[in-house]
Amino acid sequence: MDKKLLQLFHSIEAKGFTPAQEHKFKAELEADGSHDLVHPPEDTSDNTGYHRRGLLASAHRNLYEYSDLIMLQDLRSPLVSYETCLRSIDELLERDRQREQDGFPRKIRVGKLIKPGRRGQGKVVVVPTTVEEKFIHDANFKESLEEGITGGSGDGEEGEVIGEQPVRPGGGEGTGAGEGQSGPHELESSAYDLGKILTEQFQLPNLKNKGKKRSLTRYTYDLTDKHRGFGQLLDKKATLRRILETNLTLGRITDVTDIDPTKFLIAPHDMVYRILSREKDFESQAMVFFLRDYSASMAGKPTELVVAQHVLIYSWLLYQYAGQVESRFVLHDTEATEVEDFYTYYNSRVAGGTKVASAFRFVNETVDKENLVQDYNIYVFHGTDGDDWDTEGEETLPEIEKMLTYVNRIGITIAQHSSDTSGSEVEKYIKKSGLLEKRADLLRMDIMKEDADETRLIEGIKRLISEQPVAAS
Amino acid sequence: MELIDQHTKKIMEGCKLRARDAGLKFEDETLEYIVTNRDLLELTPKIMIPTLYDYWVHDVEVLREKGKYELYPHNPYETVINTRPAISFYNDNNPDWLNVMIFYHVLAHIDFFQNNLYYRHTWDYDFTGHALSDKRVIARLRAEYGRWVDYIIEFARGIDNLVGYHSELSSYNRPKTDSTSSLVDYYFDVFLQSEKHVKINVYVNEIERYNKSLTKFGSQGEKNFFSEVEKKYPEFKILFEKHLSEKNVPIRDLLQFLMENSPVLNKSENKWMKTVLQVVRKTSLFFQPQIRSKIMNEGWASYWHEALFLQDDRIKGHEVEFARVNAMVTAMPRVGMNPYAMGMRLFTYIEELSDKGKYSYEYQRIFDAYKRQQFDQQAGSGREFIFSLRENLDDFLFINTFLDQAFMNKYKLFVVGRRLNQDRMVWEYYVKSRKVKDYRKMILDALYHPPHIEIDPDKSEENGALYLNHRFEEKPLVSDYIANTMLGIEYLWGHPVKLETSEVESIEPKQGENGDVTDELDIKWRRVLFTMKDKSLSKENL
Repeated sequence: MDKKLLQLFHSIEAKGFTPAQEHKFKAELEADGSHDLVHPPEDTSDNTGYHRRGLLASAHRNLYEYSDLIMLQDLRSPLVSYETCLRSIDELLERDRQREQDGFPRKIRVGKLIKPGRRGQGKVVVVPTTVEEKFIHDANFKESLEEGITGGSGDGEEGEVIGEQPVRPGGGEGTGAGEGQSGPHELESSAYDLGKILTEQFQLPNLKNKGKKRSLTRYTYDLTDKHRGFGQLLDKKATLRRILETNLTLGRITDVTDIDPTKFLIAPHDMVYRILSREKDFESQAMVFFLRDYSASMAGKPTELVVAQHVLIYSWLLYQYAGQVESRFVLHDTEATEVEDFYTYYNSRVAGGTKVASAFRFVNETVDKENLVQDYNIYVFHGTDGDDWDTEGEETLPEIEKMLTYVNRIGITIAQHSSDTSGSEVEKYIKKSGLLEKRADLLRMDIMKEDADETRLIEGIKRLISEQPVAAS
Repeated sequence: MELIDQHTKKIMEGCKLRARDAGLKFEDETLEYIVTNRDLLELTPKIMIPTLYDYWVHDVEVLREKGKYELYPHNPYETVINTRPAISFYNDNNPDWLNVMIFYHVLAHIDFFQNNLYYRHTWDYDFTGHALSDKRVIARLRAEYGRWVDYIIEFARGIDNLVGYHSELSSYNRPKTDSTSSLVDYYFDVFLQSEKHVKINVYVNEIERYNKSLTKFGSQGEKNFFSEVEKKYPEFKILFEKHLSEKNVPIRDLLQFLMENSPVLNKSENKWMKTVLQVVRKTSLFFQPQIRSKIMNEGWASYWHEALFLQDDRIKGHEVEFARVNAMVTAMPRVGMNPYAMGMRLFTYIEELSDKGKYSYEYQRIFDAYKRQQFDQQAGSGREFIFSLRENLDDFLFINTFLDQAFMNKYKLFVVGRRLNQDRMVWEYYVKSRKVKDYRKMILDALYHPPHIEIDPDKSEENGALYLNHRFEEKPLVSDYIANTMLGIEYLWGHPVKLETSEVESIEPKQGENGDVTDELDIKWRRVLFTMKDKSLSKENL
């Protein structure tokens, strides 16, 4: 067991806490583990899946899943690339909006989100899906229980085990978030497109620019400069004006009401041209800090939820800021550490105790050190299960208050354990502090249950980023 | 899509000759196309029917976790489609020997399509032709009514799994019943029994009187008889006429009922919607037999591709390659259900038994295992027998009738169970049962079976609401889908819609006699009534 962690535990213990808290924290303390990466299996979307080897390969294949083209000729529909489908996503969303106006419920859902891999950063996979509802029998209504599921052949006595399969594939205990399993027909879409979809489809609020326009080191080139004598495009109006001036000074125009342009003298330097020039681009840019609690208590569902929501937020901001988003990823247990990419952020194993303050402190220090306030709109999103060894928020609250002086938004997501009914520490002390009401424009909190689905996640994002506070449901 | 080249077509024609010699029956003309990836991209959403009508859902990935095959009871990767002429699809780089194998497989499918009675309603027309004209109709409607066409398609598709496939089929091959007049039928079959509930002696007396009247007055006998009847029952004539008018239109399913009776659809400005419903219904009916004969159809095709390939003199020298591909297709998986393997083995097994005359009373009477094994009447009727099965059965009857314990033992079949090992956090797959009863149940449960939902005219009367009754079969409906499906029906009907169905109240493991927890489940059901009114759904317990 980590000595430092133990020390910390004892120092907190001295302050005293409730039995429930003690139990929780001890569990974290005792959970062995390190924050190594969980490697999702290399691309398992096997195109020739029907000829997969392995004992259980066909265990869950329905008898109607066998078909001639695949069995006899190994022919199947190729995957569709997202470029060819983007137009149709737009069309689909348009169609869906129209549905709503016509008085029918929406039908398109942004389906699975496949999490980004190490290569091709910022890539997520969006699957616009729909379902055709019919009256059908629910075959799975008693599935959780032991059932005769399929047929088999070969030797073996009744009752003999012939194969096994881990309940949680690819993980076991202490996973990062689970990896999406990709089937055929998924469209790959960039995070930017996802942001666009989120904004349009789910009416996530558009971001208001808060006047924090700063010049970037980015330039655009435009025909904005004028130049006399030569250039790329003749500015006819300006040229005519100059010619007129010259001729007036030369005294060639006696009567201004009767000008004969054919008598003009035209000097070469009277020709005014537009010329291509470098312009500084004035666009807002944003720095987003994603903070994730990766303490031991976050195992399983809470991590998945938090990370999934962070993917969505990231995409949304990317769209809002037209790609001008820089993101920083910070993981914390009792100490915070910054990781370089989303992949690591996403896939690090959970372990250790929890001190939320560490993450906020880390961000404050970073912002200070790098003087980020001057150049960026700063967003901080924090995901946790709400457990905190700092039970009263004595350390966390001052850090948050400090942060509130410069950020555009702090969004705290609490993925509550289903066993947690009374509310978690973080939830309690933040509510108690009254900051949520006082600084409603800057600080938001979203509390969801462990079993929240994607719709709920998006609902949560609205709550975190909208201009006006949304009433909690 | 391109037709196969002349060389390959010649091979196909050779296959047809050999298949015919073996007894398969199919129409002369077939079309074979080479398909590329691009073609497949367009074909698979349309279930390999190139001319199917356009619908936006075809272009979207559809969520199918819940009841994939219940929602889409057709195969997106069909190699051959049941059209006139039959169309089949090929990879462009298949070697000749592989094409020979596939051709035999395809020909056996065509034979099945064109001879199995469950396909009877598809025999008299070419589906691609009809589909093309339907596609044009829908395109024309779309030009006129825009997105509303797609809403109607959506709503109609929402109930297209309830088409009265079996009642449609039952209208074929009915014995002619013109021996007695409908008046006589009505009097004796309906009027006396259901209306008057007469005693048996009265009934017999009436028959006697009728027969006497016939012998006495000849052709005038019937008239004479009924003049008496009308004296006795003055209401008879009116009731008979009422009976006739009711019987005129046999309502086979919900779609048809809506077309006939919906106040909304029968408004003159909405007549076009009925066309859409008709198209959806026809398409659905067309695909019904495929999913109900998957095991038989694939078994039949596998049986023949193997038999015919091995006899084919043209491709000698490719036996090993064939064996490899054939094994991949028709091997029994250790865990899993392969319809090719299952169907083929069952046909072979039945043929063998029938050859020995084992489907006979003499055989059934033998109880001595050794004698049973040795039994051989040299009947040699196996081929003939399996041909008659391919004509008359569907998957349910095939499995239910012919899958027996001897078959299970011969191929060492068993039901696989899955249970959670909590210590090791793994799912264990184990041999659950080797009994034919369990195995048969496992297969039959996996077969396609849409819910049976009837229109209840008696309860439908009140304020125009349509009352649907889901017959209880120990399976609940997928509850997430009820709202939107009913929304569609309400739109098509124009008034509230009610659905009576069953829900699970509680599931508990059944207690054994001595208090042990057993495998069996104790499921409590309750009857509920959903009402869709003004696009909002409500539920009450009955």
